[in-house]
Amino acid sequence: MNCNSCSARIRIQSGKMNYTIQEIWGFLKEVEDPEIPVLNVVEMGIVRDVQIEDNKVIVLITPTYSGCPAMHAIEQDVREMLVEMHIENFDVKTVLSPAWTTDWMTEEARVKLEEYGIAPPQKGSADKNLLMGKLRDVRCPRCKSSNTAMVSQFGSTACKSLYKCEDCKEPFDYFKCI
Amino acid sequence: MKKEEALALHLADNNLILGQRLAEWCGHGPVLEEDIALSNMALDYIGQATLLFKHVAETSGDAKTEDDWAFLRDAWDYKNFLALELPNGDYAFTIARQYLYSEWYNLYLIELSKSSNTFLQEFALKSVKEVRYHLQHGRDWVLRMGDGTEESHARIQKAINDIWNYTGEWFIPNTNDTNLSASGICPNVESLHQTWMENVQATLNEATLQMPVSGWMHKGGREGKHTEHLGHLLSELQFVQRAYPNSKW
Repeated sequence: MNCNSCSARIRIQSGKMNYTIQEIWGFLKEVEDPEIPVLNVVEMGIVRDVQIEDNKVIVLITPTYSGCPAMHAIEQDVREMLVEMHIENFDVKTVLSPAWTTDWMTEEARVKLEEYGIAPPQKGSADKNLLMGKLRDVRCPRCKSSNTAMVSQFGSTACKSLYKCEDCKEPFDYFKCI
Repeated sequence: MKKEEALALHLADNNLILGQRLAEWCGHGPVLEEDIALSNMALDYIGQATLLFKHVAETSGDAKTEDDWAFLRDAWDYKNFLALELPNGDYAFTIARQYLYSEWYNLYLIELSKSSNTFLQEFALKSVKEVRYHLQHGRDWVLRMGDGTEESHARIQKAINDIWNYTGEWFIPNTNDTNLSASGICPNVESLHQTWMENVQATLNEATLQMPVSGWMHKGGREGKHTEHLGHLLSELQFVQRAYPNSKW
C-alpha cells in the first residue's frame, strides 16, 4: 500500500511544514495499537493507505474486527499524531475492503508479539484446515513448547483466543487467524 | 427508502438485537470462558450493526445518524427476526439459537459477498470471517451438550425443539428481497434452505440429537410484528438515549 516510487514527488504543504507521504507513514508508525502496545498501527495492517489530494492528507484505516472497541481510540490517536505534526488539513477514513487479515502482519510484528507473550497468528488465514477449526501447533510464547491446548476460541479481546501450555502450565493469548 | 437501505436495516436490526441479547450474558455466563465468548460475539454483532446503520445514515440523505437508527425507533420499526429477540433462556437455548442462526447467517453472508452492491459485498466479506468463528463455537457446544450427559442432552434437544418454529421466517423473502435478489444484490433466502437443513442435520446427527419436525412457523419480524419480548429488550437498550436525549460517549 505504501507507494515508494511517488513519495519523493508528492508532498504536502501544511502551514510551514512540508512532508512527503513517506514521512507521514513514518509518523503513523509511532502510533501504538492501544491493546497491543508493542505493535504500531502500520505493522498491524490497520493503516491501509496514505494519500494526498488537493493538499489534504487522507489516511485510510480498516477495522480488525467490526466491533473492535480499540478502533475509536486508534482513529483518535492517528488524528492526534497528525495534529501534533502540524498537519492541519486531513481526513481519516474507514474502509472495509479488502477485509483485514492477520496475514498482513509482518514477520517483525510476529516476533514482537511472541516476545510480548502473545502467540502470533498462523499464516494462511484461508487455509482450509484452519477454517474447519483444525489448528496447527501453537507455540507457547514463554517456554516455546508446542504441547499446548486451546481453552477457548474467544479471549480477552476479539482478536485473541485463550490457550494454555501443558508443559510450563502458563495460560497465554493466541492471536487468532482471520 | 431505497430497497438496499431497507435490506441493510433488516440486517442491522438482526445484528443489534442478537448482540444485545448476547451482551446480557456478560457477567452471567456459566463459566468464565463462555462469558467472554458470548461477549466477544455480542461485540462482533454490534460492530456489524454499526457498519450497517452508519451506511444507511450516510446514504439516506436525511439528518438521522446511526445512533438514531439504533436507539430512537419503536418496536414496530425494527425488522429483525423474531428468534433473535426471544429471551436468552438457559444456556442450551442461547446455544441452540446461536448455532442455528450462525448456520443461516454464514450461508447468507457467503452469498451476499457476491452482491453487485459494493457496500453489501464488502460488508459480507468482512463479517463472514467473524461469523465463521461463531458457527464453530455454536456447533462445538451443540455437540458437547448433545453427546454429553443425559441432562445436557435433554436440555439442548428441548432448546432446539423450542426455537425451531422461529426459523421458518429466515427462508421467506419479502417483496423487497425478491426484487433485490432478482438484480443480484442479495441472496434468494429460499435457496439457502436445503443447505441449511443438511448442515443442521449433520450436526444434530453427530450430536445424537433429533431433527425437529417442521410444521407451523412463526413469522412477522420483517413486518415489524414482534413478540412481547422486543419492547422489554428495547427499554433496556434505549434507556440512556431516552433519559438523556442526544447524549454522546
